[in-house]
Amino acid sequence: MLSRRVFLKHSGFALVSLGFAPSFLARAAHAQGRRAKQLIAIFQRGAVDGLNVVVPFGEDEYYRARPNIAVSRPGSGADAAVDLDGFFGFNPRLLPLKPFWDQHALAIVHACGSPDATRSHFDAQDYMETATPGVKATSDGWLNRYMQARKAERADPFRAVSLTTQLPRMLQGSAPAVAMKQISQFDIRGGGQAGATFESLYADARDRVLGGTGRDAFDAMRQLKNADPARYQPEHGADYPRSPFGQALKQIAQLAKADVGLEIAFADVGGWDTHINQGASQGQLATRLDDFARGIAALVTDLGDRMADTLVLTMSEFGRAVRENGSRGTDHGHGNAMMAIGGGVRGGKVYGTWPGLAVDRRYEGRDLAVTTDFRDVFGEIVVRHLGVADPSAIFPGYTINAARFPGLFA
Amino acid sequence: MTAWIAQVLTSLAVIASLPADTGVVTHLLERTSFGVRPGDVERVQAMGVDRYLDEQLHPERLSDAGVDARLAGLTTIGLSSRRIAEDFEMPAIEARKAAKAAGSDGQPNPEQQRKAATVIQELQQQKTIRAIYSTRQLQEVLVDFWFNHFNVDARKGADRFLLTSYERDVIRPHVLGKFRDLLGATATSPAMLFYLDNWRSGGKDGLNENYARELMELHTLGVDGGYTQKDVTEVARAFTGWTIDRPRGGGDFRFEPRRHDNGQKIALGHVIRAGGGMHDGDEVLDLLARHPSTAHFIAMKLTRRFVSDTPPAALVDRVAARFRETDGDLREVMRAILTSPEFLSPDVFHQKIKTPFEFVVSAVRATGAEVHDARPLVQQIAQLGEPLYQCQPPTGYKDTADAWVNTGALVGRMNFGLALASNRMRAVVVSNTTPDGITLGAPAFQRR
Repeated sequence: MLSRRVFLKHSGFALVSLGFAPSFLARAAHAQGRRAKQLIAIFQRGAVDGLNVVVPFGEDEYYRARPNIAVSRPGSGADAAVDLDGFFGFNPRLLPLKPFWDQHALAIVHACGSPDATRSHFDAQDYMETATPGVKATSDGWLNRYMQARKAERADPFRAVSLTTQLPRMLQGSAPAVAMKQISQFDIRGGGQAGATFESLYADARDRVLGGTGRDAFDAMRQLKNADPARYQPEHGADYPRSPFGQALKQIAQLAKADVGLEIAFADVGGWDTHINQGASQGQLATRLDDFARGIAALVTDLGDRMADTLVLTMSEFGRAVRENGSRGTDHGHGNAMMAIGGGVRGGKVYGTWPGLAVDRRYEGRDLAVTTDFRDVFGEIVVRHLGVADPSAIFPGYTINAARFPGLFA
Repeated sequence: MTAWIAQVLTSLAVIASLPADTGVVTHLLERTSFGVRPGDVERVQAMGVDRYLDEQLHPERLSDAGVDARLAGLTTIGLSSRRIAEDFEMPAIEARKAAKAAGSDGQPNPEQQRKAATVIQELQQQKTIRAIYSTRQLQEVLVDFWFNHFNVDARKGADRFLLTSYERDVIRPHVLGKFRDLLGATATSPAMLFYLDNWRSGGKDGLNENYARELMELHTLGVDGGYTQKDVTEVARAFTGWTIDRPRGGGDFRFEPRRHDNGQKIALGHVIRAGGGMHDGDEVLDLLARHPSTAHFIAMKLTRRFVSDTPPAALVDRVAARFRETDGDLREVMRAILTSPEFLSPDVFHQKIKTPFEFVVSAVRATGAEVHDARPLVQQIAQLGEPLYQCQPPTGYKDTADAWVNTGALVGRMNFGLALASNRMRAVVVSNTTPDGITLGAPAFQRR
């Protein structure tokens, strides 16, 4: 409750200071207590170059280390960084997200990452999804452990949904979670009476496990049909990119609005492994950021006042080296930037301790150092957004301590 | 209790007096094969359960010419890792380098990428075809089991072209042999050395404990097998220098003395004297293969696969004892499991949930379908949640019901059953009218 009060206070501040009404904030008051909290996790697979996303334009070292691919200082033209706080700026391709920053609904945690030194995409993604850096044999993902810790009142088949072909590691585990690339796949496609026949077979099954899950499956299919996803119209003028990422986010919004019990949603987006010719405000990385930012902006706009209870969190397995390489790209690095939008987050601020980019401030002399363990971001979200009093089972081998939280929530 | 004993005695009597009871034979087939085909039960009844088991425990005596013919079109599955690296990996790398030198953006060439991807695709097709058509069904079930036990994910770097040889040369030859040989083969395999990072352990790279930890936790002793963090470090030291000759070029195992920590180690209370060189690792493997915790852990996992999600403790103990008596002879261990009263107890019949792979393959077998191209099946298996050779954690896929029963997966299974039976699966032709799609998607068919 405390967080919502602050959220509303901030929204009032935003209204006054900017002079226009951010619709979801204005309506947040009416949404009070209506819904469970939701988390939409977005994984940028391939290690996005956080230094060219949330640009530390206030550091000369940034420009020295990246003579060809730095995003220029704000005020230097259309391709310049978009000033956030006088030190950091958005890559201009993130402009669609700027209104949320201005409304204090978007927060950034910079120099965030893993205590493990690996620069393997494979291992680092694994560590981030299990939230057990350095431990490979963890069998379940941290979001699944969240669902285990927080037993649902009733079996909601769409409590956790991933808009991917296969369930991501983050959602794997003993709590039920559904992966589907298209909502429309979640139906019996055989024509005729097949669906009804299956339904009665599962309803009559003496097999307790299969019978129960089968009944849940048919309930879920009915819920989706009632929500009529085929006729979905985004609201508030939200304009999703036609890319796979944009379409995944659109379907998340559909599910969220269908009131089918969605609590955790997941989508991923690739193309960030920019070793060669990554560009700055134009080029490879910029093209990916354009899709990324327009997709998230559409989602947040579309969800409207639901954003008061919904947090969108972006993450990537590690950042990229401070220096550009010989191919005008960047190699695998360490610390990175995460974004958190909505859900009562105290936005309009870059959180975390900035370690600086000077060589002696870097991790192993080459990478942005990690000053915030990603588990402290996840931990704060689990405790203060999702409302878990004791998160210890969600983060095995790590003591969640509020003193280390970045402070995203009041 | 007496009822249970009576049941066991009946089952034993059934085994002894042939032709065997249909229920028992069906159970035996469901557990030792990838599903019952039309005519299988009658065939085993005619030949006798004993002879069937003996055949399956000696796969080398069974001709598998039918499968060999079906696999003939898969050109990469017989190649060495070196050949695969040279023919499929290097061209893609060279093309990228050339593009970079020419100043292009260095995006991977789609043609080369497709070619490189065929290696894993063919391996997946091979596994599926063998599971459907091989006469050596128990061997294929065990290859699946032991690959999963010593899991390596194809998506980790060089492993995408090392798994062809890993399954063929490291896993398959040993699944009915000695556990120590299987363990040793995995320990020196480039696939495992790469996957668990041991190839970079020691010397200037520093100590990497990944392999040592998983070796004890997952491959041998089990997580409660009685080792400490100190043991992990000591074992990791013993394996320093166990590396790969040209990892990106498909090279073999190599011991690199300069990386090796030649000091004394004490692992699990056992002193490994200084100066042992490569032998340090072998000594650790000997120690682990013969450790009582290993016998128990392997017995537990095998009985979970073949008997029940919760195997009776007495059975696990007896199988572990057999493991120790035979110095880890996996054929004798399997015989002990498959002839145990617990295995033959009707209480355990049809109680295991099929994994997605088992479900898809058993459906194809049940319908007697003709598979002209296994790729659509491979894709289905992935969509149902078990992408072949792509299990990320070294734990492998889970073998218990909770991992596979969820709403999304059940909807997928029902749809697959309908699609298969009504000939909507590309390149898979079903001529039989039974079982129909409803039967394949029904609750009973999800168990074995």
